[in-house]
Amino acid sequence: MKKLSARRRHPLAALVVLLFALAATGGLYAAFAPADEAKADTSAASSQSLAIEEGEKLYATGCSSCHGTGGQGTSDGPTLVGVGAAAVDFQVGTGRMPAQSPGAQAPKKPQVYTQAQIDQLAAYVASLGPGPSIPTEEQYDPAGADSAAGGELFRTNCAQCHNFTGEGGALTNGKYAPSLDGVSDKHIYEAMLTGPQNMPVFPDSVLPEEEKREIIAYVNDVQGEDEKSPGGFKLGGFGPVAEGMFAWTIVLALLIGVAVWVAARTAKARKS
Amino acid sequence: MSTAGDAPKRRGKAPAGERVADWADGRLGIYSLAKANMRKIFPDHWSFMLGEICLYTFIIIILTGVYLTLFFNPSMAEVEYHGAYVPMQGVHMSQAYATTLDISFDVRGGLLVRQIHHWAALMFLVGMFVHMMRVFFTGAFRKPREINWLFGFLLLVLGMFTGFTGYSLPDDLLSGTGVRFMEGAVLSVPVVGTYLAFFLFGGEFPGTEIIPRFFVAHVLLLPGIMLGLVVAHLILVFYHKHTQFAGPGRTEKNVVGMPLLPVYMAKAGGFFFLVFGVISVIAATFTINPIWVLGPYRPDQVSTNAQPDWYMGFSEGLIRAMPAWEMVLPGGYTLNLGVAIPLVIIFPLVLTSIAVYPFIESWITGDKREHHILDRPRNAPTRTAFGAAWISLYFLLLVGGGNDLWATHFHLSINAITWFVRIGFFVVPVVVFIITKRICLGLQRRDREKVLHGRESGIIKRLPHGEFVEVHEPLSQEQLHTLTAHEQYKPLEIGPETDENGVRRKIGPVQKLRARLSRGYYGEGNQVAKPTAEEFKELTSGHSHGH
Amino acid sequence: MSSHTGSHDVPDENLPEGRESTHGEAATRAQNPFADPGLPPHEPRVQDIDERAAKRSERTVALLFTVSILATIGFIASYVIFPIDQYVFIWPLGEISALNFSLGMTLGIALFCIGAGAVHWGRTLMSDHELIGERHPIEADEPTRTQVLADFSQGAKESQLGRRKLIRNTMFGALAVVPLSGVVLLRDLGPLPEDKLRHTAWERGKLLVNQNTDEPLRPEDITVGSLVFAKPEGLEEGTHEFMAEIAKAAVMLVRLEPKDIKDKQELDWSHEGIVAYSRICTHVGCPVTLYEQQTHHVLCPCHQSTFDLADGARVIFGPAGHPLPQLRISVNEDGYLEAQGDFAEPVGPSFWERG
Repeated sequence: MKKLSARRRHPLAALVVLLFALAATGGLYAAFAPADEAKADTSAASSQSLAIEEGEKLYATGCSSCHGTGGQGTSDGPTLVGVGAAAVDFQVGTGRMPAQSPGAQAPKKPQVYTQAQIDQLAAYVASLGPGPSIPTEEQYDPAGADSAAGGELFRTNCAQCHNFTGEGGALTNGKYAPSLDGVSDKHIYEAMLTGPQNMPVFPDSVLPEEEKREIIAYVNDVQGEDEKSPGGFKLGGFGPVAEGMFAWTIVLALLIGVAVWVAARTAKARKS
Repeated sequence: MSTAGDAPKRRGKAPAGERVADWADGRLGIYSLAKANMRKIFPDHWSFMLGEICLYTFIIIILTGVYLTLFFNPSMAEVEYHGAYVPMQGVHMSQAYATTLDISFDVRGGLLVRQIHHWAALMFLVGMFVHMMRVFFTGAFRKPREINWLFGFLLLVLGMFTGFTGYSLPDDLLSGTGVRFMEGAVLSVPVVGTYLAFFLFGGEFPGTEIIPRFFVAHVLLLPGIMLGLVVAHLILVFYHKHTQFAGPGRTEKNVVGMPLLPVYMAKAGGFFFLVFGVISVIAATFTINPIWVLGPYRPDQVSTNAQPDWYMGFSEGLIRAMPAWEMVLPGGYTLNLGVAIPLVIIFPLVLTSIAVYPFIESWITGDKREHHILDRPRNAPTRTAFGAAWISLYFLLLVGGGNDLWATHFHLSINAITWFVRIGFFVVPVVVFIITKRICLGLQRRDREKVLHGRESGIIKRLPHGEFVEVHEPLSQEQLHTLTAHEQYKPLEIGPETDENGVRRKIGPVQKLRARLSRGYYGEGNQVAKPTAEEFKELTSGHSHGH
Repeated sequence: MSSHTGSHDVPDENLPEGRESTHGEAATRAQNPFADPGLPPHEPRVQDIDERAAKRSERTVALLFTVSILATIGFIASYVIFPIDQYVFIWPLGEISALNFSLGMTLGIALFCIGAGAVHWGRTLMSDHELIGERHPIEADEPTRTQVLADFSQGAKESQLGRRKLIRNTMFGALAVVPLSGVVLLRDLGPLPEDKLRHTAWERGKLLVNQNTDEPLRPEDITVGSLVFAKPEGLEEGTHEFMAEIAKAAVMLVRLEPKDIKDKQELDWSHEGIVAYSRICTHVGCPVTLYEQQTHHVLCPCHQSTFDLADGARVIFGPAGHPLPQLRISVNEDGYLEAQGDFAEPVGPSFWERG
């Protein structure tokens, strides 16, 4: 994760100003924040600061060994300044964080913290620097979204790594794009917003909120509880490799089994 | 035919069926045909039914394919979809893709027929592959069946391309990626590649011509040739009469089994329905190529798991494993060897090596006799080892073609798998060759022991002086015959370099190579001598004293 | 031995002894312990000696045929009863089409039972006496061979083909040339390549349009770590023109830290670290879009060619022969990203004339 820029009052305006400033000064590079603005929390300031306090304690015990005591990052983990609450909610909510062991990438696991604790952690990390906040339900709820349009967007932006129906796929050197099976609408939205690990970010300037909802609607159509597979069992949805394996094993075994029965001699009276 | 004895009585009041047959015989000469074939003998063995799986799936493919053409429109005209499948509403697609969606969602039973067609196609290719291996490992390709082996081989290759064109017809994102791959492969052909690609596609990729042209190849050109080859293949099977395994009463000059009418007719005819039934049940319960989730083809979209159907998988493995190799020749011409070597050279070479094998083996043995008794694979160790090495290479490349799925399912690095395939391409066939040959020789040795000492009965006997021995049961006459029925060649000797007068004999390098290969096949250590009658008699007479 | 030609170049002693020498002669059995004992005597099946067992077989076969009839009726009933869009949950297959499942199962049962009935009939009730068929050598006997060869020479002689060389040569010439008409007719299969593969829809001043929103892109839309797919302005989806042009013009945009860019030309052709690369793989043309934002590697899903976008899209793994072409971009006075021209080299897979 790159270092993120400092605070600003209005997100887009600030970003534009910042970019022009950078261009003008000839590439004095700070960093870029995801275009999505950390929305001001409407809850009471006191409860907010209490959550940040609680989050800081959780952070100190669970996260600081890798991400540094102030979230500035170490050689074992990237900086969390400016990643935003959405990234925390995604990473901890899907169990990827805290990471168990070093590897090509942190896998999905049963989550370690309760949702309340995750919110506190998120509040703390959000206080380190502005970043995308946890989306509200109307942001990610796919009800009424056009899933056909979502399919087009999915094939343009997502299928290359996650496969046609979100079964996941391989990346370089042991990394992989995970399956989207059983991933909640909120987490899909957060992943697009924050770009966890090697996944690219799809900020609202590139993929507007409405289109993210369409993508979620499409994923729900072809993957998960509402999914339909008219032709029968879908063999994992991996395409011709799985079909070929099935043909070579089950179907061939059935046909040979039949052939053995057809060609076998009938039992003789003496032996039976 | 049974009433042939009382021919004079027949004339006046022959039953209707007989009269029809007489009428047909007067015009077609069916009685002479039937005389030779109606009671034709077919030996029973399950592995002899593998070819029938191919024949029957081929018939199923033709039946279902004709049905599909009634609804399919092979056009690349762009339309907006407004059919029954909701997640595609309003999406731009070609007519070909839209009508495939219609077959799946608007034609009742259309989905079933599509799935039967596709599953039967996969099984047609699986069947041909397994059938070919059966013929190979039992030596059924030997004289007089070499030409039929080539017919079968051509059917396999044509089947691969018929499958590829058919898989491309729906113009979905997966098959379109395959067509794009084909375009890149054609472009890599030196000198004429660019022109070939423009003529094939009617211009630049993707154009509007490739699906209609593939359609003609898929429903007319290729199946037409295949149908002719299938008929020729079957005529030759009838003409040569089927091979059989060695056994009591089975010789090179006879064929032992059941007559075509009625037993074989019931079994083979029944087997057609069994195969069709199994594939229908599979098509009812397991989806294949669900094009509706793949989306219409667009050159700027792609999905991971981009693979062809399995029979093209080994070429996919070749192309994935091949390292980059591209050079610009003087004069500004690009030679893309990274694509051309695997597809234009190795791909045909892998296939041809198995196709020409019968001719190589007969050249080595110099055997010009007919062979109708099949070999057990163990009794031809070098041939069996070669076949196993070939299969291992083929399946290694299949693994390479699906390297991304191996990576995700076994938590491996895709780069590591690719390197494994690159190295394995050279190592695995050699290792498999050596191991297979060892196993064959071991099995030959065991057969020899069994013939000479009998079967281990598992009964332990205590001899009077206290020694424990296992009782060996002598084999029956049938078993003794079966286990010693195979032929053993002697290695070819080219003799001394000089003749008796000290003059150097002319021995060409080809003849030397042949002698070396012959030693590799039949020389010392490459086959285990089968027991002779003398050895057997000596041992058995000794045994009878001991008991 | 069936061969009358024999082997000319191999002494016969290399060939193994023919099996004929051990062919089931009772007299040889004493000398040869491995002699062929001949076909074992036929043993009856239960059905051959017990009429009740035969009856049982008959009933089984008839039952199978009856089940097949019922299944066909079931097939027709399913076709009428189930609407095409009705889904049922069947464990463990999932939520599947009721029509596809019922039609396939009934058809499968109907066919399978016919086959099973016929085979059971053939196995248990039809005679299972093994019969022996004689084989005859494929090769013709010597008189036939001589006759055919003589007939052929006579026919050839009568045609005077060998004597009248002029006829022979012109005939072969005519036959060799006539297929050319067919080849010539294939010329109009497609246009000549000319320089079509060298140009794309990009040209100086064309805006880069976000493929998701159809809006022109501004630099600030593209954040570090994001991946954006762009097409040239004026290209509408749903037309043939779109398919033909996007097959060459598709680009992806990513923003890198300028200090991370190792290739000087890449930096020059970028805008504030935003780089635009062709999406069409230089191997065989799949869209290479599996972008790993932390490593800046982009992977092709078809054959795993891997390009380093921070280093001029150099090939770091896989079969692609050269880097992805870069599109030179800048910003126009309205603050939108625009192309500085077409790609400097042909996009996509290499071809003979590429150079």
